[in-house]
Amino acid sequence: VCIHRVRSCSSIRFIKSKYVCVFDKSALKFSHQQRLFRTSAVSCGQIVQFKLSDIGEGITEVTVKEWYIKEGDSVSQFDSICEVQSDKASVTITSRYDGIIRKLHYSIDDIAFVGKPLVDIEIDASKGVASEEDVVETPPMSHEEHTHQEIKGHKTLATPAVRRLAMENNIKLSEVVGTGKDNRILKEDILNYLAKQTGAILPPSPKAEIVPPQRRAEAVPAAPKDKARKIPVPVSRPIAFAGKDKTEPVTGFQKAMVKTMSAALKIPHFGYSDEIDLTQLVQLREELKPLAEIRGVKLSFMPFFIKAASLGLLQYPILNASLDENCQNVAYKASHNIGVAMDTEQGLIVPNVKNVQVCSVFDIAVELNRLQSLGSAGQLGTNDLTGGTFTLSNIGTIGGTYAKPVILPPEVAIGALGKIQVLPRFNSKGEVFKAQIMNVSWSADHRIIDGATMARFSNLWKSYLENPASMLLDLK
Amino acid sequence: MVLQSLKNCLWLPCVLRTPKACFWSTPSGGLIIQSVSNDVYQNLAVEDWIHDHMDLEKQQVLFLWRNSPAVVIGRHQNPWQECNLRLLRQKNIKLARRRSGGGTVYHDLGNINLTFFTTRKKYERMENLKLVVKALKALRPQLDVHVTDRYDILLDRQYKISGTAAKLGRTSAYHHCTLLCNADKFVLSSVLKSPFKGLKSNATPSVPALVKNLFEEDPSLTSEMLLDAIAKEYAVQHQIDHHITLINPADETLLPGISDKTKELQTWEWVYGKTPKFSISTCLNMVYKDSVLDVKVNMDVKHGRIEVCNIDLPEQWLPPVLYSELVKSLTGSKFCPNEITTLVTTLLRLCPQDDELHSRWSLLCENMIRLI
Repeated sequence: VCIHRVRSCSSIRFIKSKYVCVFDKSALKFSHQQRLFRTSAVSCGQIVQFKLSDIGEGITEVTVKEWYIKEGDSVSQFDSICEVQSDKASVTITSRYDGIIRKLHYSIDDIAFVGKPLVDIEIDASKGVASEEDVVETPPMSHEEHTHQEIKGHKTLATPAVRRLAMENNIKLSEVVGTGKDNRILKEDILNYLAKQTGAILPPSPKAEIVPPQRRAEAVPAAPKDKARKIPVPVSRPIAFAGKDKTEPVTGFQKAMVKTMSAALKIPHFGYSDEIDLTQLVQLREELKPLAEIRGVKLSFMPFFIKAASLGLLQYPILNASLDENCQNVAYKASHNIGVAMDTEQGLIVPNVKNVQVCSVFDIAVELNRLQSLGSAGQLGTNDLTGGTFTLSNIGTIGGTYAKPVILPPEVAIGALGKIQVLPRFNSKGEVFKAQIMNVSWSADHRIIDGATMARFSNLWKSYLENPASMLLDLK
Repeated sequence: MVLQSLKNCLWLPCVLRTPKACFWSTPSGGLIIQSVSNDVYQNLAVEDWIHDHMDLEKQQVLFLWRNSPAVVIGRHQNPWQECNLRLLRQKNIKLARRRSGGGTVYHDLGNINLTFFTTRKKYERMENLKLVVKALKALRPQLDVHVTDRYDILLDRQYKISGTAAKLGRTSAYHHCTLLCNADKFVLSSVLKSPFKGLKSNATPSVPALVKNLFEEDPSLTSEMLLDAIAKEYAVQHQIDHHITLINPADETLLPGISDKTKELQTWEWVYGKTPKFSISTCLNMVYKDSVLDVKVNMDVKHGRIEVCNIDLPEQWLPPVLYSELVKSLTGSKFCPNEITTLVTTLLRLCPQDDELHSRWSLLCENMIRLI
């Protein structure tokens, strides 16, 4: 077993300066690099021109339609490189080599020729090529920095395959001691480092001796000769997690939500919640459901909630109003366009039922059916999504009891309905009975709505729903 | 003809463990399978599955399938250019992008699809099409059908009854083609006509052709008869038993990983996002009050998302702040009416509650959304 002495810093710096005069770091481009590697005295990765192979049927040219890789990406054998098309046939071209893509010979929509070079690939050294190919100046890869670490100003030497192995195992090259020539990190060094982390048993390798470099602050424990023969005690350290963070731009539905809710921040919200006994309404709906079905309409609880809200708004019209930008005027809206929050595959949308004040419960049910089927198909029009004056959110269909809904500007109030639960309650005689209980949580704009108004509206709405027959008296 | 359910195959359990191995290893050089599903995404997923997992060295496969109404575009095509997307949505016709090249086709139950799976080396489209023609002629000798050098099959020298496309991978390849038996020609011609004007793109364009159903030539023909005739000819040419094995594309144990493939084919990113970069340059003619406004709209769309957006409105027609908010919202958004509708209606919430402004905004947005 040989022990490698660590070269002093100066010699490494010397090698580095030799490169510096050959090419300037700032002007480094891939095509230039290719040339410089060939002309420099140091041995480098072998560039292979990967030619477009025969497609069959005597085809000589194809159109390049999509690249799956870009210059600088590392590829493995059989990875897809690009998609080309010829005469109704789409062909996936896969790599024959492991290595790094150095040059793409065509752009999208160019004609590529069979037998001519398609891409240039720098072949991986550790795959059995004689000369040791080091990449001192590793070009920026699509992965994070830790494939290319600096230890106090010196770049770590490692071949691309070794770098990939380190990256796949989430290892910082700066933490691995290289045992190769010039402090190069070899594959065995990575494996040894891993073995220490996970307590895995590895067969002893000739270069297993690791001597900590003098300049390191914390000493890596030197592996004595006999450790290779002893079974190491498993160290309970967490296994390296190979998951990666992902960043996506905010677009579409999410962007819409960001804009709406940011505007809603300006509204001082207050909340008011209550409990509604829907026992009678549940019974009523059971009776009416088959009648609605005969007419081809699905009847949920929402039409009742919406109609009751409209009746309440007739008494408390300020909840159906809008405050202008300067808080100078309150605009009372004549139409009760009640919005219904809808959860679709893409996200939250709030279509509204227009003019509830002149609709029957059945009319509302019909309209809700229409909006729901359009919403799930992603086909709601602008008219359905604009003009709302008041909103209800039936989050209870998914779950929950109390909520804190956010008002959708330019409205001034919103209600969130929890799920209907069967709970024990006392009746007027003091007996316990089974009640169908639902919670409602209102939010209102405290600039023009006060708690008392909200409470009275809620009580009126509650009374209509707890005693549905009373709705008959006030229906218009 | 013997239809044998796959569950009866005795050798299946021992073979399933090795996905790349010879799958339904019949002791012969070929296998004929038919899908029990009419869902275009499931059936396309079966093609992907066979292409990725089956070893076609020892046996080739013929896959027979039919779909409920769907428009299928080629790998590198532009759906906005190829079909009437609004009509598709209205009629609930599915849109799918296949992995093979070629042009756009309309599928319904009156159209049969045939996929010939071979190794990359044995990829030979002409042979397959000649097989189909031979089968048709064996069934009805008086049919005037022949294969063109564009890999179409023509009836009576002028009507296209079959179109072809192919996919080649590293070791395997497939060639699939359609065959019009009794499809709805009226729907076909209306959905395959795009109303889009001013679209510039390098996507593969379709070549429109005059079509005819085989049923029109000979009303005694049915899809089942055609499928059977083709299967019979394939069996003869591959020296195998003439029996068709039924497969269920939803069976995850039989085809491990198939549900992921099916899901991927339905994602927006695949169907619309794989469209090659294109630009639109058009003019909206908006009728406002008593005049007509000509509004030029220019957009660049990449990966199905709006990269650049320019709307040429008369000065001060909309408050500049609102206009820039509109352009900012549209940039990066999917070129999709649903998403754009959501964005523009949201912006309406945030601007001053002025009726005049609202009506102008609604007019502009409605016209823009109608574009897509």
